[in-house]
Amino acid sequence: MRAAVIVFPGSNCDRDLAVAIGQATGKSPAMVWHRETALPDGTDLIAIPGGFSYGDYLRSGAMAARSPIMQAVVQAAGKGVPVLGICNGFQVLTEAGLLPGALMRNAGLHFVCRPVGLKVENSQSIFTSAYRSGEDITIPVAHHDGNYQADAETLDRLEGEGRVAFRYTEEVNGSARSIAGLINDGGNVLGMMPHPSARSSLLMATQTADACSKACSKQSRSFPALRRRVRCLCKA
Amino acid sequence: MKARVFVTLKPGVLDPQGKAIHHALEGLGFGGVNDVRAGKLIELDLADGTSDDEIAEMCRKLLANTVIENFKIERQGAPAAADA
Repeated sequence: MRAAVIVFPGSNCDRDLAVAIGQATGKSPAMVWHRETALPDGTDLIAIPGGFSYGDYLRSGAMAARSPIMQAVVQAAGKGVPVLGICNGFQVLTEAGLLPGALMRNAGLHFVCRPVGLKVENSQSIFTSAYRSGEDITIPVAHHDGNYQADAETLDRLEGEGRVAFRYTEEVNGSARSIAGLINDGGNVLGMMPHPSARSSLLMATQTADACSKACSKQSRSFPALRRRVRCLCKA
Repeated sequence: MKARVFVTLKPGVLDPQGKAIHHALEGLGFGGVNDVRAGKLIELDLADGTSDDEIAEMCRKLLANTVIENFKIERQGAPAAADA
């Protein structure tokens, strides 16, 4: 597999995603800077990472969606190359017109950063076939603008065509019909707010997330231990 | 030549920021505020002769997300030239 991770100024999950893709495919992805106008030859997976591209100026993902590399991404997507957008990547995909709807400020206005429950709605897609339909999973989110909105007609169509990949099983951000992840009509583009790459190692998975939320919420004494653990992770 | 572009959320689109501003105004003791909607004002300094169509195209392609937002263009010193 020849994966490419698109990197914008302000992307901050690009390296996590590269590590996760490397683990999953056995090969490190190409890191492609936003000013490039072409993808590496033979790219067969495009991944758009989380972060705050262009500082979220104008609207989250708006500037990134108009950067030079995105023309190549839109073209490749049109030819059926799989495209995965996570968090800011999902925002970029909607702004680029590869997925319908828009991601607005969280209904509660808070930045939400915690593991959340999801239900796998569609296990037939190329991205979700390792899951069972209806399976409950937990993946961390970290976003301010994850409130998915589209008009009722679009939402009905997405649901009718089985294009909702994941739904939140708890209130997270006010998303219409609890949509957490969406697939395009060609079945080769997935956008999702939760970060699967943040579950790609046991250390980063629920233990750290739980420890993190405890440390943040109660400023508990576990914080120095957590810091040590994060330092170990960074060195690894 | 200058133009101002007003970008506003479409009616019916939930505006959490407007709601927060509304609550804050009430918290400050301002009564009688029925609703608040927040938007953006973008000022453009343009080459002379830039047409209304060109400005509208800028709005459609970048300045507004027409899935959720409307825009209004106002040339400086002139009434609204184009709406969408």
